[in-house]
Formats: sequence, structure tokens, C-alpha cells
Amino acid sequence: MSDRKNDSTTDVSVHSLANLDLETHEKPYLDSNELVINMGPQHPATHGVLRVILKLDGEKVLGTECIIGYLHRGVEKIGENRTYAMFNPYVDRMDYCAAVSNGLGYCEAVEKLMNVEAPPRAQYIRVILTELQRIASHQLWLGTHALDIGAMTPLFYTFRDREEILKIFERYCGARLTTHAFRIGGCQYETYAGFEKDVKNFLTFFAPKVDEYEALLTTNRIWLERTKNVGVISGADCIALGVTGPVLRASGVKWDLRKAQPYANYSKFDFEIPIGTNGDTYDRYLVRMAEMRQSLRIVEQAVNGIPEGPIMGKVPKVIKPPVGEIYHSIEAPKGELGYFIVSDGSTQPYRLRVRPPSFVNLQALDLMVRGALVADVVAVIGTIDIVLGEVDR
Amino acid sequence: MPDFITSYLGSKVTPGEAGNQFWALVYVFIIFAGVALTVMWLLNWIERKALAHFQVRLGPMRVGPHGLLQPFADALKLILKEDIIPTEADQFVFWVAPLIGLLASFTVYTVIPFGPSQAVSDMNIGILFMLGVSSLGVLGIVVAGWASNSHYPLIGALRSSAQMVSYEVAMGLAVVSAILMTSMNASGTGTLSMLGIVRAQQQQGIWFIFKFFPLGLIAFAIFAIAMVAETNRTPFDLAEAESELTAGYHTEYSGLRWSLFMLAEYAAMIAVSSIAVALWLGGWMHPFPNLLSSPTWEFIFSLFPGLTFVGVAAIAFIGAARMPSQSFFRIQRIGLAVFAALLGFIALVLLVIAVAGRSGDTSLAARFREGIDYVYWFLLKVAVFIYLFIWYRATWPRYRFDQLMRIGWKVMLPISLGVLMLTAIVGVIVS
Repeated sequence: MSDRKNDSTTDVSVHSLANLDLETHEKPYLDSNELVINMGPQHPATHGVLRVILKLDGEKVLGTECIIGYLHRGVEKIGENRTYAMFNPYVDRMDYCAAVSNGLGYCEAVEKLMNVEAPPRAQYIRVILTELQRIASHQLWLGTHALDIGAMTPLFYTFRDREEILKIFERYCGARLTTHAFRIGGCQYETYAGFEKDVKNFLTFFAPKVDEYEALLTTNRIWLERTKNVGVISGADCIALGVTGPVLRASGVKWDLRKAQPYANYSKFDFEIPIGTNGDTYDRYLVRMAEMRQSLRIVEQAVNGIPEGPIMGKVPKVIKPPVGEIYHSIEAPKGELGYFIVSDGSTQPYRLRVRPPSFVNLQALDLMVRGALVADVVAVIGTIDIVLGEVDR
Repeated sequence: MPDFITSYLGSKVTPGEAGNQFWALVYVFIIFAGVALTVMWLLNWIERKALAHFQVRLGPMRVGPHGLLQPFADALKLILKEDIIPTEADQFVFWVAPLIGLLASFTVYTVIPFGPSQAVSDMNIGILFMLGVSSLGVLGIVVAGWASNSHYPLIGALRSSAQMVSYEVAMGLAVVSAILMTSMNASGTGTLSMLGIVRAQQQQGIWFIFKFFPLGLIAFAIFAIAMVAETNRTPFDLAEAESELTAGYHTEYSGLRWSLFMLAEYAAMIAVSSIAVALWLGGWMHPFPNLLSSPTWEFIFSLFPGLTFVGVAAIAFIGAARMPSQSFFRIQRIGLAVFAALLGFIALVLLVIAVAGRSGDTSLAARFREGIDYVYWFLLKVAVFIYLFIWYRATWPRYRFDQLMRIGWKVMLPISLGVLMLTAIVGVIVS
């Protein structure tokens, strides 16, 4: 007991933190009045292995520092050592909560590089699955976000309903999570018998479920207090930081790649881009809830208008794109997901770079939580909707 | 039999009041064993099961039929776990902290009035004692957080102390307005005794929740909110806030010590619910005691304990009948049927007592019937609160630290002060 140090900022772990390069903070980290705590990488609310160093004054957050890389697998480097087709399943492992969207972005980027186009039927299948994936991803976000704020029940409701989407995926391509649903040039699998019926059943099943989620949270006083004016970020700040997706739209910027730079056949569908006004956690919640409904609209139009025809375009067995480079991005559930591919004319990419939405959006964390309380940090991590597989790649 | 055992038999006051230490000790043991068993087994199982059904899942299903033995399995696991004390922790304080919490929440039971003579003691400052001792529970939390010498527990402990400071005041004022109501009688003197407060409701012929409507109701509502904060339950579970502070004040605790904290939390839940029941919901009285007091009604109400057990036994029987027919479930089916038979036997005994005790007022059966009646109605009201606690947990997100303080100081304190003053004014006008 004699060597016990009551001054909590002088124990061993903080000394090692003080050596970190933290130039962004005006004051040095080691200050007798401040408490430096380590949130993660093992923490219930950091959505995987994110580590956040919090500098606290009591409960008030003075600064944060995100340490990432605990889930780094070198996906981009792997891409340089695999053929284009072989790399396709790897992209599913980045944002494993939205594997279909990742696959769509990659396949379209390579198709654009090769200057081929998927046939209309394949395009429709892609849109249906991708929008279902968007709903599934938002469901996962809603459940975990509500759990972070202390509401246990929405998690189980969303997982119950997400199961229906995963069942459709499983029947379509045999996998639930890392689907590898699309191929370069189209889709490998024809839809199974009853696919359209399943999707239509899901549409009627799911529409009232969104109302159910909203009944639990949207007008709940505690939810309002916990999310309104929490983690506010302005549209200008979002653009400066490169933040995209629902976070950007909740700040009032009407930017959705499905409308701004239509890919696949999104230009054929009628849907709206929900935007917020305040850029706080509550607006981001509302935007994502509205996006789920819009996705339902798109799926409904797509499943009703799905044409007959081939599902694979004219793609050679061995994919050898011409020399050149391409950047193609899609609107993934979490924001702009871009693929930059440099081809040297061989069967493998010369360089493959991914622009992951979670990674870029995570940069806004510090801005959003400065001056807030510890409880807001978990709320904001939840509202940014990060997946560490995508942040670290 | 020795005199100190027989002298109390037939007495209509609590053993403490009769000055009989032996029976007081027997009551203490009965209550503690009952509470420990209820808390460890029944409450644990019901909370997990009810929470699961709120959340469209099944809850424990494997250990015993419908997971009935799961709490025992968990308790065994916790007892057998390695007892870890962090090297940096303050060993003695770390060791003593869970005991403080446990002692505080169990000591409260000595003054809980399960019936006019079904309490350990009738302390003349019962309610003060209760509030004081139950507030000591927070000391265990603060001390645990400090002794862990770790950041998350420290923040949890600080939150808990701030929470207690802001809710005890409103809670105390709400209690005072109930105590004021006890003085609305001919002599104009109130009481702080728990039994006295229930008796006052009996004499005035009204539960205090309905007295001076809506003043009693508001005071009760404030107490009902404050008691959730007092026990660190959702939506005020900031001190342990799993998603924020991993486990708050008990992050560094494991095994048996951790389970002592859980035991203390559940025991405190029952304790504060008992305060609310005794102060506002007429304690051991059955519904409408002044209207439905004819012997027929008394008889009908005395059937309730037996009928409750009949109902529970029926549920268990249906559960046994609906078990899947695979051989894997045979033992579970037999176990559940035996459990149902046991419940049915208890129901039978209770019904026999109710019928036999109907005629005479002095027979042993009549005395038993009366006692069972009192305890049953008291526990039923407490059970409603426990269900509410579980319901809150399934429904609400967690408040933030500053919002909790704001509600405590800016909303609940002024309202409870206003209710107190209005109660006093109305009381003076009425009398």
C-alpha cells in the first residue's frame, strides 16, 4: 500500500501515452487535473477494435485520439497479388456488414476499367440486393447505436428483421454475411425460384417494422435528450473532412452518389434523398430511418420492373483490363465507397486503393465530441456507424 | 418448551416490540433466507426470462426446464471462479466494499412491515432508519470504485455519488409528505414507524397514493422515479453503464465479490419497493380495505394466495405438457411436472388454511390465514414494482450524467417541495 499512487494521472499507463505524438492538443497530455483514459480496443461500445484515448476533465471530453489498425489485414496489398476475379471475395471482408455493396463497387470499377457493362437483368438484381444490404446495414447500425445509448430492446428487434434479408441472401448465393454475390460483368447466379416473391414478402413485412423501431425511439424523451444537439457537425466541416453518407446528409448537404453520379441503373428509379438540418445525432438517426423507407421504394420498383435476359455481360475468361486507371465510387450504406485501380495490362491490378467511408467519417469523431461528456463519445461512435474491418482494411 | 419461545406465541405485535430476541432472530433468518433465495433464484430467473420475452427471444432454456436452474448454475460458477484482487487495488477496502453494499441493503429488511406482526421490529423511527441505511449502499459503490484504483470504476463511483446526492433530497421530501399525511387524525400526531404509517392508512381508510388527490400520487411518482435512481437501475444505471464504462464501479470485480454486488442491487430493489408499498400503497392491506371488509370479502381475499399458486402450478403443468416429446426432454418434463406438483401442493395447503381459518378468530389456522394474507398482499405489491423495474430496463435508453442531475435538482426537487407544502396547507385546511 505504501507505493500506491493516489494521483491517477501518474501511473504507468499514462506515462506511455504521454510519449505519443499529440501535436493537435494545445496543452501537453500530462496534466495533474486531467484524466487520460483508454477506451478500447476491448470495449463494449467501440464497435470492434477501435481504440480511443480520451482526455477528460471529470466527465468532460477535452480531446480524443483514435488509434486504429488492430484489424489491419493489408487488403489493398493483397489486391496487387491476386487476379481481378480472385480479389472479388476479399472486398466482402472490409465492411462485413455491407458485403454486397462492397462487391458492387469493386465489380463496377473493374467493369468501367474494361469498358464492359452488366446486362439489364444483372443490374436489377444488383440494385435489389444492394438496397436490401443497405437496409440490413442500417438495421445493424440502429441496434448497436441504441444499445450504446442504453436501450437494449431495439437490437433484438432489428436482428430479428435483418434475418429475413440474410435469408434472401443465403437463398440467392449461399452465404449470409460475406456474400460474394456479384461477378465482374454481371452476376454469377440466376435468381432462385421464388426470389421475387421473397423480396415482395419482405417489402410488406418490413414496412411496419420501421414504424415499430420508431415507436420505440423517435419520440422517446430519453432518446431525444441523449441524441439532440449531441455530436453536432456542420455541412462545411463535413465537406472539409471528406465525410460522406448519412452523416453528411444529416448536416443538410444533399449529396447522394445514387443521384449525383448515378451508377448501376439507379437513374431509372424514383426515390428521394432524406436530409437533416441540425447535423446532430438525432438528425442522423432520422436520416437513416428515412433511408430505410426509401430503399424499400427502390426495391419495390426494381422487383416489379426486373426484365428477362442474360445475367453476364461479354467478359473474357481471363480478365485483363487495358493499361489505365480508374476511380469509381458508389453510395455504400456508410458513405462514399470508392475504388481506385491502376492497371498495367496484366491479370493483376498494379495498385488498388480503397476509399472506405468509415475510415474517412471516423476523422470527424474528435470534432464532434470535444466538450461533450463521456456518454456522448459512445453515442457519437455509434452514430458515425463505423465498421472496423473497413477502417483498418 | 422454554418460556422465551412460548411466551411470544399468540402475541399480536412484532417480536421486537414484544422484546423477544429469540423470535426476532428467527424472523431475521426467515426474511434473510427468503430474500436471498428470492433474489438469487426467482428474481434472477424472472428478470432474464421477462427481459428475453420483451426482446423476442427465449432467455435461459437449457439448465433445468425453461432455465429454472440457470441461476443455480450461475451461482455455482461464480463461487468457483478465481478470486482476483488487482495488485494495484487497495486490498482491504476492495475486500470490504461489496460487504458494505450487501449489509446496507439487507439491514433495511429488519423494519419492513410485511404484516402488523410480521416484521422483525417496529422501530419508532423506522422510515428514517430505512432511508439512512439504504443510502449507505452507495458507500459500497463509491468505495469499490476508489479501491479498484482504475479509471472506469472511479468514474462510475463518482457518478454514483453525484446521483445519490441529487436523488436522496427529492426522495426524502416525497417521504416527508407521506409522513405528514399520517398526522391527519384526531390527535394530530404523525408517526415515523413503518407499521404506524400503514396503520394510519388503515385508520384513515385510504391509501396515501389517493389521499389529497393528486398530491399523494405526485409524491408517490417522485418516489417511484427516485427509487430507480437509488438502486442504479435503467434508465439511471449510469454507475455501471455497460456501454460507457464497461461495468462501472465493479469493472475490476469478478466471481463471488461481483455476485455480492448483484445480490445487493436486487435486495435493494425489493427494499425500496417495500418502502413505496408501505408508504403509499397500504402495505399489507388488500385492495379497498374500507369498502370490502365484510366476512365474505375477507374470505374471498384470503383465497388469493392459494389461487395464485394454483395459477403458477397450472402454468408449470401446461409447460410440462407442451414440452417436445423427444427423449432428450424427458427429464426436463418430469422435473417441471414435479415442480408443478410442488406448487400445487403449496396451493392446496394455502387453500385449506384459508377455508379452515374462516370460522374462528382464535384458532391456529385463523392466525396463519391472517399472516399469510398480510404477507401475500404486501409481496404482491412489491412484485408489481419489480416487474416495473424489469419493464423499464427493456424499454428505455440511459440518461446522461448531466441530464440526470438536471432532472434531480431542477425538476424533482421543486415538485417535491411544492407537493410537501401543498400537502401541509391542505392538511391544515381539512383538519
